Amino acid sequence: MVLTVSRRSFLVGGAALAATWPLPAFAQGKPVKIGLLTVKTGPLAQGGIQMEQGIVRFLKDRNYTLAGRKAELVVGDTGGNPAGTKTKIQELVERDNVDLIVGPLAAFELLAITDYAAQAKMPILSLAAAEDMTQRKPNPYFVRASATSSQFMHPMADYAAKELKFKRVITISEDFAFGHEQMAGFQRVFEDAGGRVVKKLWPPLVTPDYTPYIAQLSGVDAVVQGFAGSNPLKFMKQYKDAGLKLPVLGGAPACDEALLKSFGDEAIGVISCSAYAGDLDTPSNKRLIEGMVRDHGNIPGLYAAGLYINGMVAEAALEKTGGRTDDKEALIKALRAVSLTDTPRGPFRFDHFGNVIGNFYIRRCEKKGDKLVNTTIKTYKDVSQFWTYDEKWFLAQPVYSRDYPPLRS
Amino acid sequence: MSLWLVLAVNSVTLGGLLFLLSAGFSLIFGLMRIPNLTHGSFFMLGAYLATALIRRGFDFWSAAVVAGLLVAVFGGVVERLILRRLPGAELAQVLVTLGLSFMVADVCLMVWTGDPIQIETPRALRGTTAVGSLAFPTYRLAISFIAVVSAAGLWALLDRTRLGAMIRAGVDDPAMARVVGVRVSRLFTIVFCLGAWLAGFAGVIGGPILSVYPGLDQEMLPLALVVVILGGSGSLLGSLVGSFVVGFLYNFGQAMLPELAYVVLFLPMLVVLVVRPEGLFGRQAL
Amino acid sequence: MKRLALAAAVVVLAAAPLWVGGTYYVNVASQILVYAIFALGINVLVGYAGLVTLGHAGLFGIAAYAAARVMNGGAGHVTVAVVALAVTLAAAAVFAALALRGTGLGFVMITVALGQIVWGVAYRWISLTNGDNGVSVTGRPRPLGLSLASPAAFYWATLVVFLVTVAAMAVFVASPFGVSLRGTRDQPRRMNALGYHVWMIRFLAFLFSGLWSGVAGLLYLYYNQFVSPQAVALTASAEALLMVISGGTGTLLGPIVGAALVVVIKNVASAYIERWNFVLGAIFVLIVVFMPDGLVPGTVRFWRWLTAARRPAAPAAVAPAGD
Repeated sequence: MVLTVSRRSFLVGGAALAATWPLPAFAQGKPVKIGLLTVKTGPLAQGGIQMEQGIVRFLKDRNYTLAGRKAELVVGDTGGNPAGTKTKIQELVERDNVDLIVGPLAAFELLAITDYAAQAKMPILSLAAAEDMTQRKPNPYFVRASATSSQFMHPMADYAAKELKFKRVITISEDFAFGHEQMAGFQRVFEDAGGRVVKKLWPPLVTPDYTPYIAQLSGVDAVVQGFAGSNPLKFMKQYKDAGLKLPVLGGAPACDEALLKSFGDEAIGVISCSAYAGDLDTPSNKRLIEGMVRDHGNIPGLYAAGLYINGMVAEAALEKTGGRTDDKEALIKALRAVSLTDTPRGPFRFDHFGNVIGNFYIRRCEKKGDKLVNTTIKTYKDVSQFWTYDEKWFLAQPVYSRDYPPLRS
Repeated sequence: MSLWLVLAVNSVTLGGLLFLLSAGFSLIFGLMRIPNLTHGSFFMLGAYLATALIRRGFDFWSAAVVAGLLVAVFGGVVERLILRRLPGAELAQVLVTLGLSFMVADVCLMVWTGDPIQIETPRALRGTTAVGSLAFPTYRLAISFIAVVSAAGLWALLDRTRLGAMIRAGVDDPAMARVVGVRVSRLFTIVFCLGAWLAGFAGVIGGPILSVYPGLDQEMLPLALVVVILGGSGSLLGSLVGSFVVGFLYNFGQAMLPELAYVVLFLPMLVVLVVRPEGLFGRQAL
Repeated sequence: MKRLALAAAVVVLAAAPLWVGGTYYVNVASQILVYAIFALGINVLVGYAGLVTLGHAGLFGIAAYAAARVMNGGAGHVTVAVVALAVTLAAAAVFAALALRGTGLGFVMITVALGQIVWGVAYRWISLTNGDNGVSVTGRPRPLGLSLASPAAFYWATLVVFLVTVAAMAVFVASPFGVSLRGTRDQPRRMNALGYHVWMIRFLAFLFSGLWSGVAGLLYLYYNQFVSPQAVALTASAEALLMVISGGTGTLLGPIVGAALVVVIKNVASAYIERWNFVLGAIFVLIVVFMPDGLVPGTVRFWRWLTAARRPAAPAAVAPAGD
């Protein structure tokens, strides 16, 4: 039994480098401290561990130096629950004095700390997709370079209606806010394009056997699923075992690159939409993939890539502030003004809520050799969280939920 | 109409899997009065070990048996080293079995990472079997068959062998069994190992349907508890019936009353316990 | 002597914000107190009544949700506290009436089912609870015009509530009611024969236990300013039960020690030890192996053994003279 002691202060080659490096005048002696809130234990650990891998990979690529300052990563394991997240952000902010925070993983973790973070004026770069964080209840210190829950479902619905010519679908997703928001986003765009969602199924987050739900999937052109974590694996297996042949469309976590090694042939043909595409041909994506395969023997998915990208955002902002982090207003302004062209998810910028406007990729899962890969079949460029809708109109509508938009009878 | 049939078949499958899981829990609780809260961990550990064995070239069935045996050895060690020091100390048993389940979960996370792992369906049982105009997943039918065979085997063991007679005597009246010369100590170890083996084996058998991932233990343990409560502890028939009741409640409840999906098992259990505190088939006060 | 030790302990606790080193640790100390109150509440049932509950997070959560709803409705903090505790007591009465139908494992499983149903409602009744996104509140109460916004102020307020809880527990344990409750734990049949209304005694104990769980739930909400279904989950109930058992059931100090142990490992040790879940599990196992009735009784016994081992030398020398 090895107990790794992990108050991780990654100060790589610090002294030697600092001695020879022509440090700009502003460079304070102390390093930039990045706090990572993630889940490393318990059922949500899968995504949380990948998040850590992504940010560590980024810092290694930069030799733990950002904008001329040494960088240090402090990791807080939230255990996947809101109270734990609150304690951990206090630890990072009050005890470790971090300069900015990346993470947390889940929407309910983020919602538990957003007020505290705003009070502490602590910039947060998170993957958590809760819509209202950048819509009706924005936090001025929040930056999201991944996507809202519905941001990838809007293009997915557009593709389903216009290119695949599907008319009627059933949606199935876990019964929690992330699932609700994904499916609602799909429904609005799909129905505005002339399609119809005929049924919405909501299995509880913890559902060992999906067959009671799978047995109800029939009489439509396709099934839209929004599962996350390890659930897509279980769902697709049980779906194929039941002999169903309807096409399956999915959200970003439903067919994430990091899950492909766990899937069997049942995932072949799944069409999904994500902010990240493994086959995107940019120098930074190649570098990320090489590094991840070298370190962990696995290609990155949205969680690892997302944190790598968050690292790039932080770096770009620090370069703009000249490495300074003491003026939080200036830092958050710099963060939100970041606009990058070469990232693992392609070019993007932020809207005035701090949410990403960038490319989204429709991918089809295929078998190449003995491996599954996601092949990009269409790229939607410059997608905003409001899709093609007017921002004012969008925000005047209720937030996407389980029952909104309602099913048409 | 076919929806009902599909649900019914799936109910039987889930019931079969739950029987394998809960029979051991029930026997252990019935004989030793130990609420073994590591039982979900045995299930998950079995499945994880099988994935490791299969990667080393074992076929599915031998992996299932061997993984079960490894879990049984682990269970035996736990019983010998810890649980036997705590006869009658239920709170200490709760603390230690939950403590062990934390440890097992964390070791699994460390060894197998957080990524879900799928166990391939054995080649011969892939695809569907046509019954009339309906197609059923062959592997699910096989699970029901395995459960029935296991139930028959367990029944024969308990009813037709000397060991079974001793176990039954122990369940009925532990003090009396001791008096008439049953070596209760060795019996306890055997039963604990048997229960652990069944749970580990069930984890592997369930693998092709459920796959293996962190948190599987916490998903399965409450199901086993519900089965034992509904069926009554220490009774094989109770476990069998309880498992199928849970299988049907789960499948039909989730499909027909989706609004009640969260309480579809616990609400009926509550009603049963309030109306009949000894469980549906319990012979003794719990 | 005992009083002196007690006074010293109170002084040390009251001065905690001055010596723990930083607001982060003051917040951890506040959490320990909140969970200690919760554990003390559960201990009434588990320790003194011999009834193991795995559903008290339900009551804890009901208090937090009720308070959050009332607070967001614009009510003052006195109203919030009164309503939250009244709702919790009502829920505890329902829990008790149902759970006391069973004994032993039956009782445990009824509490599990009730807790799971509360969890299901918290998750699914979105218009009431906002589902898994949880309910946020702003502002802490200002008793006597004192702001509790700072970590130290909140800690002191929590400490006052904690001391009240401990005092209430001490009075309860020593009272005739406490004695009769322990009687129902050890000799239910005899108590019945002696004319005690065993059911009523247990029912009232359940309410008492539920009340303090509610107080803890209320403090939890004020501390976190947020409540979501995780606070109500089965794992939360189990964790609180483990605090009570690991510290030592049926003692005043045990649940407090247990709460401190779990909170410190989860929140502080987890920053240094990546495999903190393993460590927590291992500590539970070690406690059972070496101190099967919990840390506090185990330590007391160890202490007695130590002092007893030192003492015999002296009496042995004296003994012959007495002959």
